This record gives sequence, C-alpha cells and structure tokens, in this order.
Amino acid sequence: MSAAEARRTLPELVEEAQRVLAICNACRYCEGYCAVFPTLQRRLSFTESDIHYLANLCHNCGSCLYACQYAPPHEFQLNFPRLLAQVRRESWRKYAWPGFLARAFDANGLVTSLATAASLAFMLLFAALLDGPARLFAAWSDAQGSFYAVIPHDAMVAVFGTVSAFVLVALVAGFARFWADTGEGRIGLAGAEPATGALDDALTLKYLDGGGDGCTYPDEKPSFARRRFHHLTFYGFMLCFAATSTATVYHYVLGLKAPYPFWSLPVLLGTVGGIGLLAGPAGLLWLKWRRDPMLADPDQKGMEAGFLALLFLTSLTGLALLAFRETRAMGMLLVAHLGVVLALFVTMPYGKFVHGLYRFAALVRFHIERRRPPPVTAPE
Amino acid sequence: MDSTGEWDVLVLGGGNAALCAALTAREAGATVLVLESAPFDYRGGNSRHTRNMRTMHEGPLDVLTDAYPEEEYWQDLLKVTGGLTDETLARMTIRRTQRHVPWMKAHGVRFQAPLGGTLHLSRTNAFFLGGGKALMNAYYRAAAAMGVEIAYETEVVDLALAGRRIDSVTVDCKGERRVIRARAVVVAAGGFESNLEWLREAWGPPADNFIVRGTPYNMGKVLKLLLDQGARRVSDATQGHCVAIDARSPRYDGGIVTRVDAVSLGIVVNRDAQRFYDEGEDFWPKRYAIWGRLVAGQPGQIGYSIIDAKSMGKFMPPVFPPEKAHSVRELAGKLGLDAQALEKTIAEFNAAVRPGTFDHTILDDCRTEGLVPAKTHWARTIDTPPFYAYPLRPGITFTYLGVAVDERARMILQDDQPAANVWAAGEIMAGNILGKGYLAGIGMAIGTTFGRIAGEEAARHVRG
Repeated sequence: MSAAEARRTLPELVEEAQRVLAICNACRYCEGYCAVFPTLQRRLSFTESDIHYLANLCHNCGSCLYACQYAPPHEFQLNFPRLLAQVRRESWRKYAWPGFLARAFDANGLVTSLATAASLAFMLLFAALLDGPARLFAAWSDAQGSFYAVIPHDAMVAVFGTVSAFVLVALVAGFARFWADTGEGRIGLAGAEPATGALDDALTLKYLDGGGDGCTYPDEKPSFARRRFHHLTFYGFMLCFAATSTATVYHYVLGLKAPYPFWSLPVLLGTVGGIGLLAGPAGLLWLKWRRDPMLADPDQKGMEAGFLALLFLTSLTGLALLAFRETRAMGMLLVAHLGVVLALFVTMPYGKFVHGLYRFAALVRFHIERRRPPPVTAPE
Repeated sequence: MDSTGEWDVLVLGGGNAALCAALTAREAGATVLVLESAPFDYRGGNSRHTRNMRTMHEGPLDVLTDAYPEEEYWQDLLKVTGGLTDETLARMTIRRTQRHVPWMKAHGVRFQAPLGGTLHLSRTNAFFLGGGKALMNAYYRAAAAMGVEIAYETEVVDLALAGRRIDSVTVDCKGERRVIRARAVVVAAGGFESNLEWLREAWGPPADNFIVRGTPYNMGKVLKLLLDQGARRVSDATQGHCVAIDARSPRYDGGIVTRVDAVSLGIVVNRDAQRFYDEGEDFWPKRYAIWGRLVAGQPGQIGYSIIDAKSMGKFMPPVFPPEKAHSVRELAGKLGLDAQALEKTIAEFNAAVRPGTFDHTILDDCRTEGLVPAKTHWARTIDTPPFYAYPLRPGITFTYLGVAVDERARMILQDDQPAANVWAAGEIMAGNILGKGYLAGIGMAIGTTFGRIAGEEAARHVRG
C-alpha cells in the first residue's frame, strides 16, 4: 500500500475490484452511505463495465474506509475508496477522445504544468506578434477599449472559439463512449427523471455527506468542509461561466463593448464567482494537503493539484485584471489570464475536470436502475 | 497514560460495553482510563464486527418500524435460550433498550433505514450506519472529546480481587509492566473465544477445527483472573454464539462475510455424505445460530451445504466462490466425499420431496416425507446442474462463560454477594442472560445496557 507500489493496469484493477466487491457484497454494512452500495448489491458478479460505473459513482467521501472491518491491516487489505479512485483514472483514460490523448492522464501534473507554460507562452507570442510588444506594456483607459487594445476581440474569439468547440466535442465523445459501455440504451429513453434526479444529486453533492454527518475527509472525523469548498468551487466556476456568457450577450446582442463597469452584470458575476473560485480550490487544496494518505490514490495527487491550481489561477488572474485594468500591468495580466484560461480549457477533457462528467453519467444510470425491482434473495 | 495517580474509574476492555461505561462514567464527572489490549486499528473487540442492536419499542421508533413489545422480545429470548436465562436481568435489559437509540445518537452513532436483505429485521433491530466499527469510531471520538483516556496495546496481566475489591491492576503496556490504581473497576474485556488453548480445554480436539469469527484479542485473561479469584461463574465454557461459516475463512477476524446463507435452500451433508439435521426447520435468521454447534458435532467438524442451479443467486452472496460441478459425482470428487454415498443421499432426498409451492419468504409446504432427518420447508429436489457446494466449519463468534452480575451490574462473588467496587458489562457477563442460543442483535443490547449501568454505578460509587 505504499506510494511506491507499482501502478496496476486496468485488467489487474478489474481483478482486484472483483475480489473486493465480493467481500463488500457479502458484508453490506455500508449500504446506507451512498449510491455505490445499493448499486453493487443489485449484482452477484461484476463486469469491467460495472466496475467503471461503480468507480465513477463513488464520490470518495471515505466513510466506507473507516467503517470497514476489513481495511488494512486486516488480511483482506480492503481499501475500497482508493481502489475506485485508481479505477476512475483508468475509466477516464479508456473513454477519452481522441484515444491517443488519453496518455495525458498518466503524468497529469506534468502535462498540466507543460500545458500551462505553453498556453502562457502562446498568448504572449500571440499578443506580441499581433500588434507589437510596445502596446502590451502601455496603460489603456476603459474608454480606449482596454483589453481589446492589446488583443483584438476577433482574435480572442478565434482562439477560444476553436478551443471551446474542440473541448466540447471531446467531452461529449467521452460521455457517449462511457454511456455506450453501460448497455443502458439511449439516454433519453428512460424519460426525464433519471437526468433530473442525477442533476439534483450533482448540484447538491448529495453523496458527499458520508451518510449524513459529512464525509470522513480529510480524516476519520466527519465534516462538511469538503462539500462546502466544492460548492464554492463549482458555483464559483459557474458564475464565472455566466459572466462570460452575459458578456457575450452584451457584445453581440446589446452591442455593448468590454470593458464593462464594476457594477455591470458580467463584472459582478465574475467578481462573486471569482471569489468562490479562489476560496473553493484553496480550501480543497488545503484539505488535500492534510488528507489521510489511505484515502486516495497517491499517483493522482499531481492531477488533482494541477486542476485546482489552474482554477485558482484563473480566478486570481481574472480578479487582478479587473483591479489593474487601467494600468500598465494590464497587458501582461491579460496575457496571464488568457494563458491560464486556455490551459484550463485544453486540459479539461484530459484531467480531473472529467470527474464531473462521468460522475453525472453514473448518477443518471443509478437513477435508471433504482426504478427497477431489486433481485430476489433469500432473507439474510 | 498516567500510572502514577489513582483513576476514579478504570475500564478493562475497549469494545461497545467498555466505551458505554467509560462515556457514562466520564459524563458523571469521574476520571476514566480505558485499557484496550488491541492496537488502534483493531480496537473495539467483537463490537467492530457487529451490525445492529435488538431494541424493544412500543411503536415506531426512529429507524424501527411497527412495535416490538417487551413480551415478544422476552418470548423470543426464552425460545432460543430454552430457559437458560435470568428473567429479571433479561427483562430489565429488554426494557432498557428503548432508551438506547437516542443516547447512542447523542454520542455520534448513526442509524440507517434498513435496505436490501435486511428488511424483515427492521422491526426488531436498529442498524448502525456503517456497522459496528463505525459505531466504535463514534464512541472513541466522543470519548476523546470529553477527556476519557484510552491506552491501546495495554493488556491486563494480573489483578488482585481482595476484600471484595480490586484496587489496582498490573498491565503490560507495549512490553512495559505497570501498576494502575483505581477506585472503581468496570470489567468489559470480553470472552475467551480467541484463546485456542482454552477452547480445546472446553471442547476437546474438535476445537482445533473451530474458526474464530471475531477479534483475535479476546483471550479471556481478565475473565480467568476473576473466576480464579472468587467471581461467581455463569454458563459454561462450551456455550457461545457459534454459527456455521465457510470453511475457507481466515482463522481469526473473518467477520460477517464468512457466513453461508444457502443452508435452508438445499441440504447439508457431513464428511460421510450423510444429512444430519432439518435444513428447513425455520427461517435462516432464526436458525443460523444453531448450525455451528451442529457442524461441531459432526466427524471432523465439517459440513457441506449443497444446492443446485435453481437456488443459485437466491441468497446473500457468500465471499468465497462455491465448488461447482455438472454432476453430483463430480461434485463429490471436488469435495473429497464418497461419490456413491453422496449420490445415494441426494437420490433418497429427491425421492422423499413432496410436491409443493416453493416460497422462501414464508414457511412453505415444500417438505420431505418418510426421510430421517426430514426437511420440513423449502425442500426441492437437487437435480438441476450445475451443482454447488460450500464447505462449512463451526465459527465461534463469542463465548458465554462469564461472571455473574446483579441488576446494578455489580459483579457477584462466590458467596452470592456483590463485590464492593467491581462492575461487569458486555460479553464477560452476557451468559447471565444468554445461557445458550443466540438472538440477532442481543449482544449489543446486553453490552449497551450493562455498559451504561456499570458506568453510572461506578461513577456514583466514587463521586458519591
């Protein structure tokens, strides 16, 4: 169980999961914790597809590890949350599109760092080549168009439009590939309830509650800290996204050009979201730092930290840009902000971001399944 | 651990009863030291393997549905013990269980609405969210928060019961000997089921084939010291909660997953391929506790639960895969049984099965006729391949030999009078109520009841 243990391949993980699931299914003490246990209890044997499904249904709250009478040092060496975390990365590799980019999951911290460096360099060169380095270091008033004086609007749209379109296609393809493997048929056929049920679970982080008292994270003591920081992160991100969307409407529909005043809707949404996106990722990183090493796959620390760092930097550079947009620092801050956002976008389908995508798919399947009658077994 | 001063209340043991006593005594103002012989990871004795508590209630109570009145609970207990119980203590325990759920919740224990295979128990038993280890974690957290001192890997190696009192105990604390003094002592150190030598003394050579389903740390040291020094004994060393479990289970600590719930769906044969008891006598939850002793009584202490394809998947999945074969002959070969004998046993059984309507959720009319021993319910022919078998061994969960107590949890000495400053709770005194047999979830009921009483009485003794 040391961090140095060799990384297991997917077939090895599937075999280990089958061993562990046989123990869990014979025990069932954890059935009240989350959606994973009722789901496994519906089955007597587990295919690789089932194991991907269960792994992505797991929120890694940790409660089942501390409750487990078979957790190490017991000879059964059962560490369910860590095993599912290891399987999750293999699911993300397996369903990633295009397939050759799945290798980004292998040394994801490094990949994220390199992508960030490259994105920053690209934005700098892009801005410098577009209209000369001199303009980058000049101060521009809002009236002079501020950001667009450094990088013209159409150029920004061209870069981010292309990248966003690719990211969207990659995420949809990953979702579709995961779903096809579940054998559930077309997702719409089950009606709206599974999707709305899953959405409700996702938006409230229902299963990040350890069965009621909060998850046992970062240690054995139940706490809601992680759920709260995750909410700050997620809703902060969504507010920032809303800020960008309203700005797009302002630009194209209302004909209002950025930069917008502080009390305008895009800036207010972005500021509030940005604060969430500072506090949330910072809190999650702090919890991760203190986390019981038993709870996670030590191999994935780089991926988790890289994603949180990018979210944090996105917000930090965005807020700095707001504060200093009429100074000579604006040009470099804009380059930094756009560089970080570009890095966040390009790594999205090949990093920790996809946990939300596959978790949602797994929750939809859970809501489809729960409406089916459970298999009949003899009284315990 | 401070061994220089004198503790108000010293608790020997670290399971459910011990922690209930420690929490109660501490809340009453006493200074409390808990001595747990196991290391941190294995703390909690057999309680870490438990799942629920049988609880009396007059109407719906929290996670408990309907009602489970005192009289019904008492009758259930009377039936399984065959009268080997103390009615006063038993009824007191039953009545007290009503008060436990809120108390447990206040100390961090969480309960779950029963799901899956346990629905039929939702009326009688309150299920702990996450099981007994989660419960013990909650109690240890509560204990730490209120300043109960816990010493792990600290085993009692000697104590002197003199002048009706225990004033100090000698412990081995991670290899170091120390004497700890206390004004009151709660003994909640469990039984002796992990002590293979003692089991052999009681059972003879068959004990070598027993599997210890629970903690490896219940060596019975405290129990032995007390019995040797004048505590009155209850029950006997061959009585305990002993179920038939998968013969491939680990020697210790296999816990719940070692169970095999296929018995009532098929037949069970011994080493000679002969049946020896009615597999369909009653619902499995009411019968699993007798099958350990039944298998213990067979040659070589081994049995084989055999079913056919009709029954596969209709019971809780056991942790070990069954032996599987396409003919009875092949199955016998895999099990090392005489093929002809097994074929004959199954043929005779099949011939004796009367037509009926199979329903595993009721005591149905599928039974044998003219067969000894009969199978009185759920008897279906074993004729559809593949055939499956699970090997069974006696799995000892906990022992009933213990010290006598009164209603105030005071330990009783051989002169039938209580000790002056010693209280007992949990498995070490469960034999007062459970002379034999077992009722699911009653161990936790006894442990919680007597743990709370012992803590309260011990604290009152020292604080006045």
